[in-house]
Amino acid sequence: MQPTDEILKQLLHHLGKTKADELGCDELFELLDEYTEAAARGQITEQLMPLVQQHLDQCHDCCEEFEALLSILKSEAA
Amino acid sequence: MAEKRTNSEWLSDLRTEGFEKDDALQDLRAVIVRGLPYALTKWLSSSDPQFYDLVEEVAQETLLRVLSHLDTFKGRSQFTTWVQKIAVRLAITELRRKRWQDTSLDELVDTEGSFFGSRLMVDPAVGPEIATEQSEILAQMRRLITEELTEKQQKAMIAVRIHGMPIEEAARKMDMTRNALYKLLHDARLRLKKRMEEEGITADDVLAVFE
Ligand SMILES: [Zn+2]
Repeated sequence: MQPTDEILKQLLHHLGKTKADELGCDELFELLDEYTEAAARGQITEQLMPLVQQHLDQCHDCCEEFEALLSILKSEAA
Repeated sequence: MAEKRTNSEWLSDLRTEGFEKDDALQDLRAVIVRGLPYALTKWLSSSDPQFYDLVEEVAQETLLRVLSHLDTFKGRSQFTTWVQKIAVRLAITELRRKRWQDTSLDELVDTEGSFFGSRLMVDPAVGPEIATEQSEILAQMRRLITEELTEKQQKAMIAVRIHGMPIEEAARKMDMTRNALYKLLHDARLRLKKRMEEEGITADDVLAVFE
């Protein structure tokens, strides 16, 4: 369990980055393979799929899955 | 190497019947089994006895899912990445389920006393002056949260934000899909954000008091 100031900081951080239109986890899953390949090539920029980055910042579940898939792709490139 | 197929070769091999399909399935299985240890380091060591069973189960389920969803592959990535994405989702879902299966959402929320707002408390160590400032801001935040969010939204926020329960698991316990719970939490964030704007409270105001 988190202390109050940490909870508040995280909450405010997430509120600050909240957008009216966000991708859902299902839409994110559709784009995850393409996005992770770009990330493995070091080609993620602000312009590329900003909605994906936004969702990954809000959603710990999808972010964990992104990192897991990225680890696989990096192991193959090595 | 047998696995070096192009996307269209993978698809055509998996759509035939006979040895090409069997070969492709075997190669795809090897791709999954080779990749998973890298994906799961955070969860389970590959020397853990459970690891082998999980990988077997996930590889099997992934192949079934791949075969029944071939038409949904849109070719925007390597075919193997698409397959590994499915394997990662299945494996992590199973690990999350095991990790949280004995945690009751209602107990988690009950031990909070009430809903999300009540978790926001002043640390007495900060001294009386700052404590007063902090408790004013916290009272405001608590009021916004309790007035603006439904009980369901507050319950989900306690589980996800305070206890770090995966959205997937909170959703399972609330009989919702993960996508639906994400949307419910998204709606909660939008409401709170709007309400803070209406009341003229900025994130910087709040944080300044806690620096
Ligand atoms: Zn998500």
